[in-house]
Amino acid sequence: MEIDALLRALEATGVAAAIRENESLFPWIESLHVLAITLVIGSIAIVDLRLIGLASLDRAAARLTSDVLPCTWAAFAGAVITGGLLFSSNAFNYAHNSCFQAKFVCLCLAGINMAVFHLGVGRAIAHWGASPQTTPLPARIAGAASLLLWIGVVAFGRWTGFTLHATPLVS
Amino acid sequence: MRTQALDRFCSWLEQTPLSQAIQSAGWVVPTVQTIHILAIAAVLSSVLMLDLRLLGIVGSDQPLARVTNRFRPVIWWTLPILLATGVVMIIGEPARALANPVFQLKMLLLLAAIAVTAGLHKDSRIIAILSLSLWAGIVFAGRWIAYY
Repeated sequence: MEIDALLRALEATGVAAAIRENESLFPWIESLHVLAITLVIGSIAIVDLRLIGLASLDRAAARLTSDVLPCTWAAFAGAVITGGLLFSSNAFNYAHNSCFQAKFVCLCLAGINMAVFHLGVGRAIAHWGASPQTTPLPARIAGAASLLLWIGVVAFGRWTGFTLHATPLVS
Repeated sequence: MRTQALDRFCSWLEQTPLSQAIQSAGWVVPTVQTIHILAIAAVLSSVLMLDLRLLGIVGSDQPLARVTNRFRPVIWWTLPILLATGVVMIIGEPARALANPVFQLKMLLLLAAIAVTAGLHKDSRIIAILSLSLWAGIVFAGRWIAYY
């Protein structure tokens, strides 16, 4: 299969081999990945909980979003780079691991959810003042969906470490 | 630090029915780790937002007390969750954590982070940078436990 050849080619690159063979490179990148992903999810959760109406009600949703989202995007860039490096070290096995696939599905659904929100109900975010504090129902649904999908990303990400039996042998 | 008493305690804990139950149920550790990471995400992001306000980078149009009231309770309420999930992981694999120098370092960083975070209402740039560095260090140490 063509994709498998591509995955093997990715594994054969110098960077991938270095991450695989150097003892401390993988944990360092992995630590950065965890740091980045906790900041992504934590900051998105701040927005999600505001949209649902559970937290930060004393700050207008638009204001809170512009406070938080630059951090989210910066951390997301870090998570993608470090995640890509980790993936490259063992691309074939990751791509064929069902937990990893589920993580990716959650990630894509979270992206679609976000796009639908921004192009739809989220366009009116500036009109949801600090008072009244409520957001429209579609915004609350989008917030809840985002929260659940990102929890899925973390859960399936962690499970990948326990189900991937090729190198490295650490969970 | 690794004493005989600590080793004995770890092997005793490992043999307790609770530890055995955690070890034999394969889903417990990944589930608890997931909750642990989500809780870390809540703490770290709250610390970040507070620190960015202290540094004058984000949300400077609102009083510091309001930002503190918004994010500090999250930090304090999440700590018990981190403690509880951490304890489950320790009971499941005592020696992996307790006798591990990285785990011991993580606990020292945690004590320092709690002390510094308690001072986060003060308008101090040093406290802001220090607390964020300490919490980031805790995340790093946490991941490195698996490799020592």
